[in-house]
Amino acid sequence: MNAYAPLDLASVLPGFTDPTTESQTAFRAIMNATAKPGTLAVFDNAFVPPQGINKAAGACLLTLADQDTKLWLDESLQISDLQSWLRFHTGAPLTSSDGESTFALIGDLTNMASLGGFDQGDAKYPDRATTVIVMVTSLTSGSSLTLKGPGIQTEAQISPEGLNAAFWEERAELVSHFQFGIDLMLCAGNQLISIPRTTRVSF
Amino acid sequence: MNETHTEKFVGIGADVADNRKAWISVLSKAKAGDVVQLWEQAATPELMQLAQTLRPPEIGMVMVQGRTGGAGAPFNLGEMTVTRCAVRLDSGETGIGYVAGRNKQHAKIAAVVDAMMQSPSHRQLAQDRIIAPLEATAKSRSALISKKAKATQVEFFTMVRDRKA
Repeated sequence: MNAYAPLDLASVLPGFTDPTTESQTAFRAIMNATAKPGTLAVFDNAFVPPQGINKAAGACLLTLADQDTKLWLDESLQISDLQSWLRFHTGAPLTSSDGESTFALIGDLTNMASLGGFDQGDAKYPDRATTVIVMVTSLTSGSSLTLKGPGIQTEAQISPEGLNAAFWEERAELVSHFQFGIDLMLCAGNQLISIPRTTRVSF
Repeated sequence: MNETHTEKFVGIGADVADNRKAWISVLSKAKAGDVVQLWEQAATPELMQLAQTLRPPEIGMVMVQGRTGGAGAPFNLGEMTVTRCAVRLDSGETGIGYVAGRNKQHAKIAAVVDAMMQSPSHRQLAQDRIIAPLEATAKSRSALISKKAKATQVEFFTMVRDRKA
Protein backbone atom coordinates (compact mmCIF):
# COMPACT_ATOMS: atom_id res chain seq x y z
CA MET A 1 0.00 0.00 0.00
CA ASN A 2 1.64 3.20 -1.14
CA ALA A 3 0.40 6.36 0.55
CA TYR A 4 1.47 8.38 -2.46
CA ALA A 5 0.14 6.12 -5.20
CA PRO A 6 -1.87 8.04 -7.83
CA LEU A 7 -5.37 8.69 -6.61
CA ASP A 8 -8.04 7.15 -8.81
CA LEU A 9 -11.02 9.48 -8.76
CA ALA A 10 -13.07 7.63 -11.39
CA SER A 11 -15.50 6.10 -8.91
CA VAL A 12 -14.99 8.10 -5.72
CA LEU A 13 -18.28 8.84 -3.95
CA PRO A 14 -19.07 12.24 -2.42
CA GLY A 15 -18.34 12.82 1.27
CA PHE A 16 -20.07 15.39 3.46
CA THR A 17 -22.43 17.67 1.51
CA ASP A 18 -21.50 20.61 3.71
CA PRO A 19 -18.10 19.65 5.17
CA THR A 20 -17.83 22.58 7.60
CA THR A 21 -21.07 22.18 9.52
CA GLU A 22 -21.34 18.41 9.16
CA SER A 23 -17.84 17.79 10.50
CA GLN A 24 -18.44 20.18 13.38
CA THR A 25 -21.70 18.44 14.28
CA ALA A 26 -20.03 15.03 14.00
CA PHE A 27 -17.10 16.23 16.10
CA ARG A 28 -19.47 17.34 18.81
CA ALA A 29 -21.22 13.96 18.74
CA ILE A 30 -17.92 12.04 18.94
CA MET A 31 -16.68 14.29 21.74
CA ASN A 32 -19.86 13.76 23.78
CA ALA A 33 -19.76 10.03 23.18
CA THR A 34 -16.15 9.92 24.39
CA ALA A 35 -16.87 12.09 27.41
CA LYS A 36 -19.72 9.78 28.40
CA PRO A 37 -18.60 6.28 27.41
CA GLY A 38 -21.49 4.02 26.55
CA THR A 39 -23.58 6.83 25.08
CA LEU A 40 -24.81 6.13 21.57
CA ALA A 41 -23.87 8.81 19.03
CA VAL A 42 -26.03 8.83 15.92
CA PHE A 43 -24.91 10.24 12.56
CA ASP A 44 -27.71 11.26 10.23
CA ASN A 45 -25.50 12.67 7.46
CA ALA A 46 -26.70 12.26 3.90
CA PHE A 47 -23.59 10.72 2.34
CA VAL A 48 -23.57 7.15 1.08
CA PRO A 49 -20.49 5.37 2.45
CA PRO A 50 -18.45 3.31 -0.04
CA GLN A 51 -18.39 -0.47 0.23
CA GLY A 52 -16.49 -1.70 3.29
CA ILE A 53 -17.21 1.14 5.69
CA ASN A 54 -20.37 2.06 7.57
CA LYS A 55 -21.77 5.54 8.00
CA ALA A 56 -20.64 6.07 11.58
CA ALA A 57 -17.04 5.02 10.90
CA GLY A 58 -17.08 7.07 7.68
CA ALA A 59 -18.36 10.21 9.41
CA CYS A 60 -15.82 9.67 12.18
CA LEU A 61 -12.88 9.50 9.77
CA LEU A 62 -14.15 12.35 7.57
CA THR A 63 -14.22 14.44 10.75
CA LEU A 64 -11.06 13.36 12.56
CA ALA A 65 -8.57 12.18 9.93
CA ASP A 66 -6.36 14.64 8.09
CA GLN A 67 -2.91 15.00 6.54
CA ASP A 68 -1.20 14.49 9.88
CA THR A 69 -2.95 11.27 10.90
CA LYS A 70 -1.74 8.02 9.42
CA LEU A 71 -4.56 5.63 8.73
CA TRP A 72 -4.29 1.85 8.90
CA LEU A 73 -6.87 -0.45 7.29
CA ASP A 74 -7.15 -4.16 8.01
CA GLU A 75 -6.88 -6.88 5.33
CA SER A 76 -10.61 -6.93 4.68
CA LEU A 77 -10.60 -3.22 3.82
CA GLN A 78 -7.96 -3.25 1.09
CA ILE A 79 -10.62 -2.09 -1.38
CA SER A 80 -9.43 0.51 -3.86
CA ASP A 81 -12.69 2.52 -3.89
CA LEU A 82 -12.67 2.77 -0.10
CA GLN A 83 -9.00 3.72 -0.02
CA SER A 84 -9.50 6.39 -2.70
CA TRP A 85 -12.55 7.75 -0.85
CA LEU A 86 -10.66 8.07 2.42
CA ARG A 87 -7.58 9.58 0.80
CA PHE A 88 -9.56 12.01 -1.34
CA HIS A 89 -11.83 13.33 1.38
CA THR A 90 -9.51 13.31 4.40
CA GLY A 91 -6.07 13.69 2.84
CA ALA A 92 -4.83 11.15 5.39
CA PRO A 93 -1.89 8.99 4.28
CA LEU A 94 -2.56 5.25 4.43
CA THR A 95 -0.01 3.12 6.21
CA SER A 96 0.61 -0.62 6.30
CA SER A 97 2.32 -0.40 9.68
CA ASP A 98 -0.19 -0.72 12.53
CA GLY A 99 2.39 0.54 15.03
CA GLU A 100 2.69 3.96 13.42
CA SER A 101 -0.99 4.62 12.75
CA THR A 102 -3.05 7.36 14.41
CA PHE A 103 -6.32 5.80 13.34
CA ALA A 104 -6.97 2.17 12.56
CA LEU A 105 -10.10 0.84 10.92
CA ILE A 106 -11.09 -2.76 11.52
CA GLY A 107 -13.77 -4.49 9.47
CA ASP A 108 -12.96 -8.16 10.01
CA LEU A 109 -13.77 -9.35 13.52
CA THR A 110 -13.01 -13.04 12.93
CA ASN A 111 -9.35 -12.57 11.95
CA MET A 112 -8.92 -9.48 13.98
CA ALA A 113 -5.56 -7.77 14.27
CA SER A 114 -4.01 -7.81 17.74
CA LEU A 115 -4.60 -4.57 19.61
CA GLY A 116 -1.11 -4.87 21.07
CA GLY A 117 0.43 -4.09 17.67
CA PHE A 118 -0.98 -0.57 17.61
CA ASP A 119 0.78 2.49 18.96
CA GLN A 120 0.22 2.50 22.73
CA GLY A 121 1.28 6.11 23.12
CA ASP A 122 4.44 7.74 24.34
CA ALA A 123 5.26 8.47 28.00
CA LYS A 124 5.37 12.17 27.20
CA TYR A 125 2.55 12.10 24.64
CA PRO A 126 0.00 9.41 25.57
CA ASP A 127 -2.44 11.08 23.15
CA ARG A 128 -0.38 9.76 20.24
CA ALA A 129 -1.72 6.24 20.77
CA THR A 130 -3.77 4.71 17.97
CA THR A 131 -7.51 5.25 18.05
CA VAL A 132 -9.00 1.98 16.85
CA ILE A 133 -12.32 2.14 15.03
CA VAL A 134 -13.99 -1.25 15.03
CA MET A 135 -16.96 -1.88 12.76
CA VAL A 136 -19.43 -4.31 14.30
CA THR A 137 -22.77 -5.53 12.96
CA SER A 138 -24.79 -4.13 15.84
CA LEU A 139 -24.29 -2.15 19.03
CA THR A 140 -27.50 -3.32 20.64
CA SER A 141 -27.98 -7.02 19.95
CA GLY A 142 -24.82 -8.60 21.37
CA SER A 143 -24.10 -9.83 24.85
CA SER A 144 -24.20 -7.21 27.54
CA LEU A 145 -21.09 -5.47 28.87
CA THR A 146 -20.85 -3.17 31.87
CA LEU A 147 -18.82 0.02 31.65
CA LYS A 148 -17.46 1.93 34.63
CA GLY A 149 -15.07 4.80 34.97
CA PRO A 150 -14.71 8.54 34.30
CA GLY A 151 -17.74 10.05 32.60
CA ILE A 152 -20.10 7.34 33.84
CA GLN A 153 -22.09 8.14 36.97
CA THR A 154 -22.58 4.59 38.19
CA GLU A 155 -22.36 2.15 35.35
CA ALA A 156 -23.42 1.88 31.71
CA GLN A 157 -24.53 -1.12 29.69
CA ILE A 158 -23.62 -1.74 26.05
CA SER A 159 -24.26 -4.76 23.82
CA PRO A 160 -21.94 -4.75 20.80
CA GLU A 161 -22.09 -7.87 18.67
CA GLY A 162 -19.14 -9.92 17.45
CA LEU A 163 -16.42 -8.97 19.94
CA ASN A 164 -15.23 -11.98 21.92
CA ALA A 165 -13.89 -12.20 25.46
CA ALA A 166 -10.29 -12.45 24.22
CA PHE A 167 -10.67 -9.01 22.62
CA TRP A 168 -11.84 -7.43 25.87
CA GLU A 169 -9.17 -9.24 27.88
CA GLU A 170 -6.41 -7.98 25.59
CA ARG A 171 -7.85 -4.49 25.78
CA ALA A 172 -8.01 -4.66 29.59
CA GLU A 173 -4.37 -5.77 29.73
CA LEU A 174 -3.27 -2.88 27.46
CA VAL A 175 -5.14 -0.16 29.32
CA SER A 176 -3.92 -1.46 32.68
CA HIS A 177 -0.64 0.27 31.79
CA PHE A 178 -2.37 3.65 31.93
CA GLN A 179 -1.29 6.27 30.66
CA PHE A 180 -0.59 3.94 27.77
CA GLY A 181 -3.37 2.16 25.97
CA ILE A 182 -5.60 2.51 22.95
CA ASP A 183 -8.95 4.22 22.63
CA LEU A 184 -11.75 2.33 20.95
CA MET A 185 -14.68 3.44 18.87
CA LEU A 186 -17.30 0.85 18.03
CA CYS A 187 -19.39 1.63 14.95
CA ALA A 188 -22.46 -0.07 13.54
CA GLY A 189 -24.62 1.48 10.82
CA ASN A 190 -24.95 5.11 11.75
CA GLN A 191 -24.27 4.58 15.47
CA LEU A 192 -21.07 4.95 17.45
CA ILE A 193 -19.98 4.12 21.00
CA SER A 194 -16.65 5.43 22.22
CA ILE A 195 -14.66 3.51 24.84
CA PRO A 196 -11.60 5.50 25.90
CA ARG A 197 -8.73 3.80 27.72
CA THR A 198 -9.99 5.06 31.10
CA THR A 199 -13.17 2.99 30.91
CA ARG A 200 -13.29 -0.34 32.74
CA VAL A 201 -15.20 -3.03 30.87
CA SER A 202 -16.60 -6.09 32.61
CA PHE A 203 -18.58 -8.95 31.11
CA MET B 1 11.09 38.21 -16.12
CA ASN B 2 12.62 37.13 -19.41
CA GLU B 3 10.53 36.03 -22.35
CA THR B 4 11.06 32.27 -22.20
CA HIS B 5 9.98 32.31 -18.60
CA THR B 6 6.79 34.21 -19.46
CA GLU B 7 5.87 31.67 -22.10
CA LYS B 8 6.27 28.81 -19.67
CA PHE B 9 4.28 30.61 -17.01
CA VAL B 10 1.07 30.92 -19.00
CA GLY B 11 1.38 27.50 -20.60
CA ILE B 12 1.23 28.86 -24.10
CA GLY B 13 2.72 26.88 -26.91
CA ALA B 14 1.80 23.58 -25.29
CA ASP B 15 -0.73 21.47 -27.12
CA VAL B 16 -3.62 22.39 -24.87
CA ALA B 17 -6.11 20.13 -26.59
CA ASP B 18 -4.13 17.03 -25.63
CA ASN B 19 -2.74 18.19 -22.39
CA ARG B 20 -4.79 18.14 -19.21
CA LYS B 21 -2.03 19.87 -17.28
CA ALA B 22 -2.19 22.74 -19.74
CA TRP B 23 -5.95 23.26 -19.63
CA ILE B 24 -6.04 23.00 -15.85
CA SER B 25 -3.27 25.57 -15.79
CA VAL B 26 -5.27 27.89 -18.06
CA LEU B 27 -8.37 27.56 -15.85
CA SER B 28 -6.43 28.02 -12.60
CA LYS B 29 -4.70 31.19 -13.59
CA ALA B 30 -7.55 32.87 -15.47
CA LYS B 31 -9.39 35.76 -13.87
CA ALA B 32 -12.56 34.61 -12.12
CA GLY B 33 -14.65 37.24 -13.94
CA ASP B 34 -13.49 36.03 -17.37
CA VAL B 35 -14.24 32.40 -16.51
CA VAL B 36 -17.72 33.13 -15.18
CA GLN B 37 -18.55 35.34 -18.17
CA LEU B 38 -17.38 32.74 -20.72
CA TRP B 39 -19.27 30.00 -18.88
CA GLU B 40 -22.49 31.99 -18.98
CA GLN B 41 -22.03 32.74 -22.68
CA ALA B 42 -21.32 29.07 -23.45
CA ALA B 43 -24.80 28.43 -21.98
CA THR B 44 -24.52 24.91 -20.68
CA PRO B 45 -26.06 25.37 -17.23
CA GLU B 46 -27.69 21.93 -17.26
CA LEU B 47 -24.27 20.29 -17.30
CA MET B 48 -23.48 21.90 -13.99
CA GLN B 49 -26.91 21.17 -12.52
CA LEU B 50 -26.64 17.49 -13.45
CA ALA B 51 -23.08 17.19 -12.21
CA GLN B 52 -22.56 15.40 -8.90
CA THR B 53 -20.48 17.37 -6.43
CA LEU B 54 -17.72 15.17 -5.00
CA ARG B 55 -16.18 17.97 -3.04
CA PRO B 56 -18.01 21.26 -2.70
CA PRO B 57 -15.88 24.36 -3.39
CA GLU B 58 -13.62 25.06 -0.42
CA ILE B 59 -11.03 27.73 0.25
CA GLY B 60 -7.58 26.93 1.61
CA MET B 61 -3.94 27.80 1.45
CA VAL B 62 -1.09 26.15 -0.40
CA MET B 63 2.61 26.72 0.07
CA VAL B 64 4.19 28.01 -3.10
CA GLN B 65 7.70 26.79 -3.66
CA GLY B 66 10.31 28.46 -5.80
CA ARG B 67 13.76 27.43 -6.87
CA THR B 68 16.74 29.68 -6.44
CA GLY B 69 17.78 30.92 -9.87
CA GLY B 70 14.93 28.94 -11.41
CA ALA B 71 16.74 25.60 -11.11
CA GLY B 72 18.47 25.51 -7.72
CA ALA B 73 17.36 24.32 -4.31
CA PRO B 74 13.61 24.64 -3.59
CA PHE B 75 12.53 27.16 -0.97
CA ASN B 76 9.15 28.18 0.41
CA LEU B 77 8.13 31.40 -1.27
CA GLY B 78 4.95 31.94 0.71
CA GLU B 79 1.37 30.80 0.93
CA MET B 80 -1.35 31.62 -1.54
CA THR B 81 -5.10 31.28 -1.34
CA VAL B 82 -6.55 28.53 -3.48
CA THR B 83 -10.13 27.37 -3.98
CA ARG B 84 -10.75 23.77 -5.01
CA CYS B 85 -13.70 21.71 -6.10
CA ALA B 86 -14.37 18.28 -7.60
CA VAL B 87 -17.38 17.19 -9.65
CA ARG B 88 -18.55 14.25 -11.72
CA LEU B 89 -20.56 14.84 -14.87
CA ASP B 90 -23.75 13.00 -15.65
CA SER B 91 -21.77 11.07 -18.27
CA GLY B 92 -19.22 9.89 -15.68
CA GLU B 93 -16.15 12.08 -16.19
CA THR B 94 -14.55 13.38 -13.00
CA GLY B 95 -13.17 16.90 -13.05
CA ILE B 96 -11.14 18.82 -10.55
CA GLY B 97 -10.72 22.55 -10.20
CA TYR B 98 -7.92 24.27 -8.31
CA VAL B 99 -8.00 28.01 -8.85
CA ALA B 100 -6.13 30.98 -7.45
CA GLY B 101 -8.21 33.18 -5.18
CA ARG B 102 -11.42 32.81 -3.22
CA ASN B 103 -14.04 32.59 -5.94
CA LYS B 104 -16.07 29.39 -5.41
CA GLN B 105 -17.98 29.75 -8.67
CA HIS B 106 -14.67 29.94 -10.53
CA ALA B 107 -13.50 26.69 -8.87
CA LYS B 108 -16.75 24.91 -9.71
CA ILE B 109 -16.71 26.01 -13.34
CA ALA B 110 -13.04 24.98 -13.60
CA ALA B 111 -13.94 21.50 -12.30
CA VAL B 112 -16.88 21.14 -14.71
CA VAL B 113 -14.79 22.35 -17.65
CA ASP B 114 -11.99 19.92 -16.71
CA ALA B 115 -14.54 17.09 -16.80
CA MET B 116 -15.98 18.38 -20.11
CA MET B 117 -12.50 18.38 -21.64
CA GLN B 118 -12.21 14.67 -20.83
CA SER B 119 -15.56 13.87 -22.41
CA PRO B 120 -15.53 13.31 -26.19
CA SER B 121 -19.02 14.81 -26.52
CA HIS B 122 -18.32 18.02 -24.61
CA ARG B 123 -14.70 18.59 -25.39
CA GLN B 124 -15.13 20.70 -28.50
CA LEU B 125 -17.54 23.06 -26.79
CA ALA B 126 -15.31 23.50 -23.76
CA GLN B 127 -12.21 23.96 -25.90
CA ASP B 128 -13.76 26.50 -28.31
CA ARG B 129 -15.91 28.48 -25.93
CA ILE B 130 -13.86 28.49 -22.74
CA ILE B 131 -10.27 27.25 -22.93
CA ALA B 132 -9.32 28.91 -26.22
CA PRO B 133 -10.64 32.40 -25.27
CA LEU B 134 -9.02 32.16 -21.82
CA GLU B 135 -5.77 31.16 -23.39
CA ALA B 136 -5.96 34.07 -25.80
CA THR B 137 -6.63 36.46 -22.94
CA ALA B 138 -3.72 35.05 -20.95
CA LYS B 139 -1.47 35.37 -23.99
CA SER B 140 -2.35 38.98 -24.63
CA ARG B 141 -2.08 39.83 -20.95
CA SER B 142 1.38 38.31 -20.69
CA ALA B 143 2.43 39.99 -23.93
CA LEU B 144 1.32 43.32 -22.48
CA ILE B 145 3.27 42.73 -19.27
CA SER B 146 6.35 41.76 -21.25
CA LYS B 147 5.95 44.82 -23.42
CA LYS B 148 5.66 47.11 -20.41
CA ALA B 149 8.64 45.47 -18.75
CA LYS B 150 10.64 45.70 -21.96
CA ALA B 151 9.93 49.42 -22.18
CA THR B 152 11.52 50.01 -18.81
CA GLN B 153 14.63 48.03 -19.59
CA VAL B 154 17.73 50.16 -19.21
CA GLU B 155 20.82 49.50 -21.25
CA PHE B 156 24.02 50.24 -19.38
CA PHE B 157 26.44 50.78 -22.19
CA THR B 158 29.38 50.72 -19.89
CA MET B 159 28.50 47.28 -18.56
CA VAL B 160 28.48 43.93 -20.23
CA ARG B 161 25.33 41.86 -19.74
CA ASP B 162 26.01 38.38 -18.49
CA ARG B 163 23.07 36.94 -20.35
CA LYS B 164 20.84 37.92 -23.17
CA ALA B 165 17.68 39.61 -21.93
